[in-house]
Amino acid sequence: MTLIEKILAAHSDKKILSPGQFINVRVDMVLSNDITAPIAIKEFKKIGVSKVFDPAKVVMVPDHFTPNKDIAAAEQAKMVREFALDQKINYFEIGKMGIEHVILPESGLVLPGDVVVGADSHTCTYGALGAFSTGMGSTDIAAAMATGDVWMKVPPTIKFSYHGKLGKWVGGKDLILYTIGDIGVDGALYSAMEFHGQAIDEMDMDGRFTMANMAIEAGGKAGIFKVDKKTLDYIKSIAKRDYTVYEPDADASYSKVIEYDVSKIEPQVACPHLPSNTKPVSKLSNVKIDQSVIGSCTNGRLDDLRLAAAIMKGKTVNPQVRCIVIPGSQKIYLEALKEGLIETFINAGAVVSTPTCGPCLGGHMGILAAGEKCISTTNRNFVGRMGHTKSEVYLANPAVAAASAIAGYIVSPEEVK
Amino acid sequence: MLKGKVFKYGENVDTDAIIPARYLNVSEPSELARHCMEDIDLDFVKKVNMGDIIVATTNFGCGSSREHAPIAIKASGVSCVIAKSFARIFFRNAINIGLPVLECSEAVDNTNSGDILEVDLSNGKIKNLNNGKEFTAEAYPDFMGELISAGGLIEYTKKRLEKK
Ligand code: SF4
Repeated sequence: MTLIEKILAAHSDKKILSPGQFINVRVDMVLSNDITAPIAIKEFKKIGVSKVFDPAKVVMVPDHFTPNKDIAAAEQAKMVREFALDQKINYFEIGKMGIEHVILPESGLVLPGDVVVGADSHTCTYGALGAFSTGMGSTDIAAAMATGDVWMKVPPTIKFSYHGKLGKWVGGKDLILYTIGDIGVDGALYSAMEFHGQAIDEMDMDGRFTMANMAIEAGGKAGIFKVDKKTLDYIKSIAKRDYTVYEPDADASYSKVIEYDVSKIEPQVACPHLPSNTKPVSKLSNVKIDQSVIGSCTNGRLDDLRLAAAIMKGKTVNPQVRCIVIPGSQKIYLEALKEGLIETFINAGAVVSTPTCGPCLGGHMGILAAGEKCISTTNRNFVGRMGHTKSEVYLANPAVAAASAIAGYIVSPEEVK
Repeated sequence: MLKGKVFKYGENVDTDAIIPARYLNVSEPSELARHCMEDIDLDFVKKVNMGDIIVATTNFGCGSSREHAPIAIKASGVSCVIAKSFARIFFRNAINIGLPVLECSEAVDNTNSGDILEVDLSNGKIKNLNNGKEFTAEAYPDFMGELISAGGLIEYTKKRLEKK
């Protein structure tokens, strides 16, 4: 069985699983946020149970429109807060909060071998830890909060192998953008993506989170990595409960095997208006930008901020550009402060925001006007994603976003170093 | 039997197009319906009538997990969505909340905006009244059939918990 099949089998009453089977799966964590929880709570109440199945296994994170951006958002956040406190579930208030997919791993709420379902499509991020995690809707989450299990169709697994060594300025974001550019936004529809290869073995956890995060941008149900020493080091100090490490069988059956030689891949940029519309950064000339966003559940982690700061140190953001840096969590914010990264950003002329999803979904903290272009380390560049329907979003890694902020147009980090 | 006028769209209609994030600070279906499809079809809300049908090519509903998307479509009066394929989470959400979604490539290829379709959900039969052609959608797997006939996931879950 593949890694995903192993984990799902261990959470169901079946010993052997194969793609296409409908199963009931026990869940280890059920997640929702300030946008999706209000509907989940309403639906939960309709089921007619008074308590969630296990408060320790339910979490709500207000992160999309928080700190509350307007009255309507405040009403939604209030509803979530009241439910969370009443049910005594895991909850992250302003001051402790951050972007859900950054804080769940970092606070040890998700561990290897877990099954996690979340009312947010980027719940697939936790595959970096060797967990099976997938996004669903609010009604699914309502039912899971009541019963502790969900129905699922076992997905076929596509195996991706990344051979060779990564070039300079090339990281997890570039590999996943390259992959989506190759297979398309529905290239892994209904499938799980299992990531292997030398480049993956050598990649740090933050890069793996970025890759797992964007599995959904290829239509994937999950993106997953094997647990190795790097994973175990990451969870060592934060795991407060038992977990199980699963391995795919040597003779596991994959629906497809796709191999890449990463040494030929340069930093990638996904042009408007699809994440699959990728080009090597060197192929973009004279794309003038109005804004650069460095943050989100894709690239708002410490390694990402370090990379951006390394480029921006001693430089100045182009006066035509608004550069917005958003650490993914309070912990990362504090660490970035201690390391002097925040000072670097501010000295360079960037603005640093409290952790929030903010501009990533066109919520607040950096909305685009008609005709504006933005380079962003986020994960989606659909029409209107970051503001006006006539604005444009280009997706890239933090080094490219930082370099472009300095140059004023999209450039390779090489050009500003 | 459903009957309605067709609004046809292309591939990868994403959830930001179905209901932009800027409207997600509320979750009332009627409020969401006011902005349905706004970013790809500004006039949709003005033109749509009770029972109308959305037809699209591949990967309909890709992007976020927001259930607001099928809710907005349902609340706008649309009776069902027919596509060549759906994004996984959208498909699940639609089934869960009781918005019929059908996969049928031939129907999509042989239907234009403004055509009138007749859909029989009991057997997946789709008829285009403009050209007289008939099609059959992919059958739901047994389990999903159960979910649909229970009246959606909440009713299904209620029954499950009662049995325990
Ligand atoms: S940062 Fe963006 S993609 Fe991630 S959870 Fe927030 S809105 Fe979604």
